[in-house]
Amino acid sequence: MDVELLIGIFPQVLIDGITLGFMYALIALGYTMVYGVLEFINFAHSEIFIVGAFVGVELLLGMKSAGWLDALPWVIVLLLILVAGMAVSGVLAVIVERTAYRPLRHAPRLIPLISAIGVSFFLQDAIRLFESLWRNSFNLVYPSMDVLNTRFELSSTIDVSVKSLVVTAAALLMLWGLYSLVNKTKIGKAIRAVAEDQSAASLMGINVNRMISLTFLIGGAMGGGAGVLFGVQYSLINPYTGFIPGLKAFTAAVLGGIGNIPGAMLGGLVLGVLESFAASYLSLLTGGAFGAEYKDILAFSILILILIFRPKGLLGEVVRERA
Amino acid sequence: MGAIQRVLDQPVAATIVVVSLLGVTAWGVSHFPRSVVLFMLFQASILLLYFARMPRRLKIVLTVVALGGLMPVLGTINAYYMEIAIQVGIFVALALGLNIVVGLAGLLDLGYVAFFAVGAYSWAIFGSPQANLIFGGSYFPLSPWWFFVFLFVGVGVAAGAGLLLGLPVLRLHGDYLALVTLGFGEVIRVLANNLDKPINITNGPKGITPIGRPPIFFEPLLRAVGIEPNPNVIYPLYLYALVLLIVGVTVLVNRRLEDSHIGRAWEAIREDQTAAQAMGVPLVRMKLLAFACGASFAGAVGVLFSAKQIFINPESFTFMESIGVLAMIILGGMGSIPGAILGATVVTVLNLQVLKGFSLWLNELRNAGTVILGYNLANLPTQLEPAKYERMIFGLILVLMMIFRPQGILPARRRTRELSES
Repeated sequence: MDVELLIGIFPQVLIDGITLGFMYALIALGYTMVYGVLEFINFAHSEIFIVGAFVGVELLLGMKSAGWLDALPWVIVLLLILVAGMAVSGVLAVIVERTAYRPLRHAPRLIPLISAIGVSFFLQDAIRLFESLWRNSFNLVYPSMDVLNTRFELSSTIDVSVKSLVVTAAALLMLWGLYSLVNKTKIGKAIRAVAEDQSAASLMGINVNRMISLTFLIGGAMGGGAGVLFGVQYSLINPYTGFIPGLKAFTAAVLGGIGNIPGAMLGGLVLGVLESFAASYLSLLTGGAFGAEYKDILAFSILILILIFRPKGLLGEVVRERA
Repeated sequence: MGAIQRVLDQPVAATIVVVSLLGVTAWGVSHFPRSVVLFMLFQASILLLYFARMPRRLKIVLTVVALGGLMPVLGTINAYYMEIAIQVGIFVALALGLNIVVGLAGLLDLGYVAFFAVGAYSWAIFGSPQANLIFGGSYFPLSPWWFFVFLFVGVGVAAGAGLLLGLPVLRLHGDYLALVTLGFGEVIRVLANNLDKPINITNGPKGITPIGRPPIFFEPLLRAVGIEPNPNVIYPLYLYALVLLIVGVTVLVNRRLEDSHIGRAWEAIREDQTAAQAMGVPLVRMKLLAFACGASFAGAVGVLFSAKQIFINPESFTFMESIGVLAMIILGGMGSIPGAILGATVVTVLNLQVLKGFSLWLNELRNAGTVILGYNLANLPTQLEPAKYERMIFGLILVLMMIFRPQGILPARRRTRELSES
């Protein structure tokens, strides 16, 4: 075994893992916020996420054919698609909540979950239908932007692309925005109050339904933003791409302690880094016997183990405390 | 609907209507074998048979005639109908198995297809030369006779996998359990996809082929009565008979279980776990039993499936299949045996006939350059294939049923409190 190689790629693997981790963290926020407020797994969040990626690619392709892509500075382009992706995904999440979840809010727990699975499947094919009619293709590729593909070589084995720096920075910015929204503003306080106790919150004059919609809007927007960043980072998307990252982000949310916003960030990072290491080292360490594909198994094993041995996650529940 | 119900409630009228409908549609299919609509009407008349009020014996006789007599004849006229009937049978058995776990015991299992995969791979590996790669030598494929043994091996292995999954997840309930079973299903699929190294067990994404088919043990018998067996005709009929047999056994076991003390214990757990425990229901044992029972059906069907397909690969065992089976029992009614059968039939027919038929029809219109409302269909995007929108169907079924009719089309007699309470 080549120990030098193993050590040599370590920083690179770590950097890739952190980028991936921030992506998971952003998606995980959608799961964790909704769970914190409604104690409900929003299974359709993975599709809300991938819708953001599709909005981004559509805008980019549109701008490309209009010739704006090279004319506008890349920061503006990126901001534009990020905001658009967040807006569409956020609104979509609110619509989904209104139509498929709200009528079932007081039903037994499995009922809304099954409905959410249905929404997830429906949205996958709805995206496919739309793109088939619109572009006659549903496997789309993000147009490349030269600036983003530049790589800084730190050493012969390590390099960082502008892309992953931008993705990380954008993710950090979004996480910081969300954190201050939830903890520093009146709206955030109202959301936390609803999460704590819906009826008491409503007695205090908080419009519970509006706060729940708002939670979906914020969670969806984070997911949509993550979708755009996912597209920028990995380029290839199709309507079914969102499912596995969604599941892993849910794992991240559980890992950090579901309902807990800092927990989701931590869980995302931990999972991203672990997965990155599994993908790079597993086949090296086992002499090719176990390939990178086993990283999926790693994520699900973590989910199962965490749920069995520490269901409240690494940070435990902060938001949701009930008698 | 009211008028139909009134006719069906009168035994004489119902018998006449159902028998003539069966006859007319069967005659229609035999003369216009390519008409999908006629075949669906034939299927619908079998459904009417279920709803009709008539003497029990007569009903059983008519069902046997329709499924055991008419269907094989129609299936010989148009082989695709036989294929549909076999697929429907496979999914009915799967739905009945999942019905035990989800419908009776109330444990939402989103990775059910994993057990199906375990059964399918167990016969696929030993019923093909694949096993030589694992054990060396050239003892495999096993003789076709082993197929029948493997029906039971499949049951055992799948039940074992059910226990394996059940043990660690027992402490979880509700939505967490659902997610963990989903993860389990994905793990099995990833394993099937990647266990072509270090030892080649599943042959990875390329899949396993050729898988042995069950032996035609009645061949000499056919020759004796002067029929020269043509494998292309015999095998579909034979597999159909096997599927009917498995479905029959599954229904029987389901019915016996439902009213046994085990079935009642499951329902008690579903309604209120704490109360059930207080009444002395052994939670751990009963939940494990539910997982193992549900899984064992999937295992047996899996063995049959691999023998029917001759070729299997991990593509057949995706999350979508699990949700498809779930959609079947949700549509029919959780915990209801007729519901599971109806749901499985409707969903399979929707996928195999309606969507595919719509696809073909659209293609014909496109090729003919038909103009509708000033839009030339020849300009329709080529990527638009209605046959590929199974997920949309599953999704719509799940959402609409949950919102408008959570108890399903044919609700279980003992209405579940879990569904009616609010």
